[in-house]
Amino acid sequence: MPNTTHTNIRLHQMPAFRARCQEAFALGPDQVMILVGVGTCGLAAGGGQVLRAIQEELRLQAGAIRERGLDLEIRPTGCAGMCEAEVLVEVQRPGGHRVLYGKVKPDLARRIVAEDAVGGHPIVEWTVHRQDPGQTGNRAPAKQLHVVMENCGLIDPERIDHYIARGGYAGLERVLSGMTPLDVVKEVKQSGLRGRGGAGFPTGLKWEFAHKAAGDKKYVICNADEGDPGAFMDRSLLEGDPHAVLEGMIIGGYAIGADEGYIYCRAEYPLAIKRLRVAMEDAEKLGLLGENILGTGFSFRLHIKEGAGAFVCGEETALMASIMGERGMPRPRPPFPAQRGLWDKPTNINNVETWANVPRILARGFAWFAGIGTEKSKGTKVFALTGRVRNTGLAEVPMGLTLREIVYDIGGGIQHDRRFKAVQIGGPSGGCLPESLLDTPIDYDSLLRAGAMMGSGGMVVVDENTCMVELARYFMTFVQSESCGKCVPCREGTKQMLAILERIVAGKGEPEDIDLLEELGGAVKDGSLCGLGKSAPNPVLTTLRYFRDEFLCHVVDRRCPAGVCRALLSYSIDAAQCRGCTLCIKACPAGAITGERGKPHIIDAVRCIKCKACLEKCRFAAIRT
Amino acid sequence: MATLNIDGQTIEIENEQNLLELVRKAGIDLPTFCYHSDLSIYGACRMCMVEDQKLGLVAACSTPPVPGMVVRTSTDRTRKLRRMVLELLLANHDRDCTTCDRSGRCKLQTLAQDQGISRVRFGTRREVLPVDATSPSVVRNPNKCILCGDCVRVCREVQGIGVLDFANRGSRTVVGPAFGKALTDVDCVNCGQCIAVCPTAALTVKLETERVWRALHDPKKTVIVQVAPAVRVALSEEFGGKPGQISTGKLVAGLRRLGFGKVFDTTFTADLTAVEETHEFVARLTSGERLPQFTSCCPGWVKFCEQFHPELLPNLSSCKSPQQMLGAIAKRFYAKELGVEPRDLFVVSVMPCVAKKFEAQRPEFTYEGVREVDAVISTTELAQLLRQDGIVFDQLEEEAFDQPFGLVSGAGVIFGVSGGVAEAAVRTAASILGVNAGKVDYHELRGYQGVRGARVQLGDLEVRLAVVSGLGNATKLLEAVKAGTESYDLIEVMACPSGCTGGGGQPYPNDQAARRLRGAGLYRSDRVTQFRNPLDNLAVQKIYSGWLGGRDSQACHDTLHTHYHPRRRIDGKDIRVTRAPAEKPLEVSVCVGTGCYLRGAYDVLAKFGELSVREDVAGHLNLRATFCLEQCDQGVSIKVGDRVITGVSPGNAREVFDREVASLVAE
Repeated sequence: MPNTTHTNIRLHQMPAFRARCQEAFALGPDQVMILVGVGTCGLAAGGGQVLRAIQEELRLQAGAIRERGLDLEIRPTGCAGMCEAEVLVEVQRPGGHRVLYGKVKPDLARRIVAEDAVGGHPIVEWTVHRQDPGQTGNRAPAKQLHVVMENCGLIDPERIDHYIARGGYAGLERVLSGMTPLDVVKEVKQSGLRGRGGAGFPTGLKWEFAHKAAGDKKYVICNADEGDPGAFMDRSLLEGDPHAVLEGMIIGGYAIGADEGYIYCRAEYPLAIKRLRVAMEDAEKLGLLGENILGTGFSFRLHIKEGAGAFVCGEETALMASIMGERGMPRPRPPFPAQRGLWDKPTNINNVETWANVPRILARGFAWFAGIGTEKSKGTKVFALTGRVRNTGLAEVPMGLTLREIVYDIGGGIQHDRRFKAVQIGGPSGGCLPESLLDTPIDYDSLLRAGAMMGSGGMVVVDENTCMVELARYFMTFVQSESCGKCVPCREGTKQMLAILERIVAGKGEPEDIDLLEELGGAVKDGSLCGLGKSAPNPVLTTLRYFRDEFLCHVVDRRCPAGVCRALLSYSIDAAQCRGCTLCIKACPAGAITGERGKPHIIDAVRCIKCKACLEKCRFAAIRT
Repeated sequence: MATLNIDGQTIEIENEQNLLELVRKAGIDLPTFCYHSDLSIYGACRMCMVEDQKLGLVAACSTPPVPGMVVRTSTDRTRKLRRMVLELLLANHDRDCTTCDRSGRCKLQTLAQDQGISRVRFGTRREVLPVDATSPSVVRNPNKCILCGDCVRVCREVQGIGVLDFANRGSRTVVGPAFGKALTDVDCVNCGQCIAVCPTAALTVKLETERVWRALHDPKKTVIVQVAPAVRVALSEEFGGKPGQISTGKLVAGLRRLGFGKVFDTTFTADLTAVEETHEFVARLTSGERLPQFTSCCPGWVKFCEQFHPELLPNLSSCKSPQQMLGAIAKRFYAKELGVEPRDLFVVSVMPCVAKKFEAQRPEFTYEGVREVDAVISTTELAQLLRQDGIVFDQLEEEAFDQPFGLVSGAGVIFGVSGGVAEAAVRTAASILGVNAGKVDYHELRGYQGVRGARVQLGDLEVRLAVVSGLGNATKLLEAVKAGTESYDLIEVMACPSGCTGGGGQPYPNDQAARRLRGAGLYRSDRVTQFRNPLDNLAVQKIYSGWLGGRDSQACHDTLHTHYHPRRRIDGKDIRVTRAPAEKPLEVSVCVGTGCYLRGAYDVLAKFGELSVREDVAGHLNLRATFCLEQCDQGVSIKVGDRVITGVSPGNAREVFDREVASLVAE
């Protein structure tokens, strides 16, 4: 391994060093590489057992391997995005031949080793993707374009030589080979990169403010406090390719004139933190981080700060307070962090995905990056696709793709062929968009116009069986308990919004509640101190905008169209449909259904506990709610 | 000239740091809950939102003024927002206004009425959180709290202590001491500055009015009252007067109407304090010992010093405060003269201060088992008594204090304002030393800055004085003194900014403007008093020659002086290190509080841990780490059985262990 024998590389030695890394990374003529996904998603699906099974099987097959003259190696990797299909195992052969297996269990893993890796016969029925020799290009699945995820699932995230072999630290190399800090700022500005953490502020402009701010001490911060329900892009990036974030931060430090940086990562991401620590140690050993980087005189030190699990600490001023050991509460801006940030020094904060884009921009040039995406939203965006779609997981797509393409072409459409109802984008700060907006192109401005926002990239798809009022209530529960409690509109406003929504789902809402909800939502949006509060009403306001009828059903007709809000349901049996099979009578735990075999049954509404048991049992769709 | 436009007016930008100051300069009273010019910008109440032509809705308090801005304070959006904020606050507020201590002077109530909030469309608050009434000075009622954070910031930023902070998140957010402890179990010094800034009744004065009524109506009791200097320039505010208006005569008359047998002036014992303290100072100055001398009349400062600077306690003047001197003389001598038992003489004091309530309860301040001062009421509580008795303050005829504690000098009067105690000491010292004849006013000691240094020439002697108010300022000064970068002979410390005029028991609003006017009132009163020097006070001379039997007598020492002791900051649980199987093991605790920690308590504990497994003691002792044995100046302290042993160090730990622990186990 090249990385153990080298320390403190000089700038001029980098090309030769990279060449050696590439040589080692490339597959030899008889080499077979078995890649195993051991990100958090992979491990949760049993990646650990799969890895052990493969190791065992390799020992068992030692004779056959020797006989065939094969050189078999296992490579643990991060998540490639297909979380739904984890555990993923890939068998690679020289010349670009690769077979990807999904949902691998230990038994299958043994077969993969024996039949494919050693035997050379792919197991067709478990193959999710196959690439034959000669085929090249982006590894990404259809409609996707992997830029920040280009190494995820391919390299061992704990091997710096893998990252370097794939072009890692080439951006830093270029930066330190004669670019001035201002050149770097300009390059990022020209690339059109915008912040991937929420509001989409132009990254280059942010850097320029911090660069221009007077001060002998400055900081850069990586915001890895990913907290949106259903979002896990940052975690996967940190687990799958930690060096990209490190390199981005080193470049950022150089550009703004900072010699110190913090990665604020939530403590609930232990694997990401572990891999970051390994990465930092390896980068320091090689002289890519720390004192006198690559012998150029530029120094940059990094620290990891583990967050204690407050959603609001994703807000930059609260995050800085938390690093400084204070209670994580936002403060008014101005002063902006670029003027007065960490310990009152000029500070630049970007999120994980933003940082991960930086090395690629510097290595390949701004024009390449600016060539991807739309006019005002450049590059790609990683989304965490969850909810009622067939393929959940991560998707990195060029900006400008439509919601429909993501939901149907990448997500594979709705599970059980149900009807699409809405997609919730941007987490608790985002909004719920209906079917009529499915052709909205995904870029910062279009989403904002629709009342949602890019946010960090959570995307939850819901189907006809989801009640939008209940969904709004869920998000309000989240922001209410995660509000820091500082400003009145957010603390008290979200509490009252939640109370109203609870009233409505409990069947006690009145028509004027809807107006009050809207008025209150407007006040919280207008009056809150920080981004969390200002965007907290978005899930409610967008559902009110696009699904008002559903709210009206609840308060006027006292009915929940999706059949979710229990207090509003009354179960009955449609006599025309009922065949009198008695299945529902047997299923009812409350003894509320009576009737004779062959004759329509009847539900006693007083006894009925609305548990849904009859509905699920009935084979003739006779149960009405 | 840089200007901006506010509601059509062109306003000049001078040194204003934020839009709110300019809005108020434009004569618009934009309401706020969380903005205080002395505190950091918090930006949480959102009442001061205005609309800027370019920026849209912004909070005026946290927006820096930019020339050319066009700002409107009253638009449809700002008005709706303000009303919504009030409605939301009311929805979560214990709206039991009729029985609320703060009714009529509550900012939430006033603003809600001003904005015409006639209905709250949201549900009523259901949670009832426990009220913390453990402190002798401050009552904390979280059900009234609107979480503006003013108390949190005044305690941390102005007083440098940080007793209060936020806990929990979302709608469960509360303000309180660490770990949900009671105010008495933490390092609160009872200054009451939190009460002064609280817009509602979440922090109020611990009332003693009922105790006073009971005493007044008890035929067995002889009830006398003393009034501190700073009360006379503030009480009239409660009856529509202006801050600084001197209402001594009406105050005395009102107290007589209430039924107090005698009405005395604490200013009298302020004179006595000045005389005692200055003699002590001149003696120290001559010997060069225990300098700088610190004043000791402020109970907030004394507790603060006991908690945070125990090594400075020998430097504190040993004089009791004027309140306690009067109580002490009354119980020892005046009672005898009246022919009543000390326990039947009920001494009430009226103070601008709530820490005085704590002071009066200190165990040192008792005589023959009874308190020297039986009840302490604040300026605001006195106003309540007067109102409860239907006394029309404005119509009272002025009356004079009773003797023998009624004659005062101007120097005693200015005890009520920051710098006054130091000036009284200088006037007295000049007389003792026979210098500066005819000079009375020492303007170099007056002013409004939190820390002021002055050099005063007393004959050949140049005396270096510092005057500091606000404990945050005191901390800064003490650090400089300890570091040796600044050096003084006499330091006057008042816990509250501007001194007693800004005490936690003064009327609301209790802000800088009111405090300055009250201070000016005291200086005016000083100027018109017959005597300006405490030594000229004939009544003081008479006390010395009569009851006390001369200066430096034993009676003088017993009556007028006290002592201090290090005090723990927070009540913490012990940490068990070893548990012995023996039936009656020897309990050994090592203090790991801050003072002892800095002297190597962890090493001592580690050594003890190693030694506790030695053959002769193994299984016979329970070793614990404990928080503060209140001997901070002599640490490391340990406790063996019931005995506290001080002066332990990592160096002598083994020796102490053999002598104090192993020998006991052997027995």
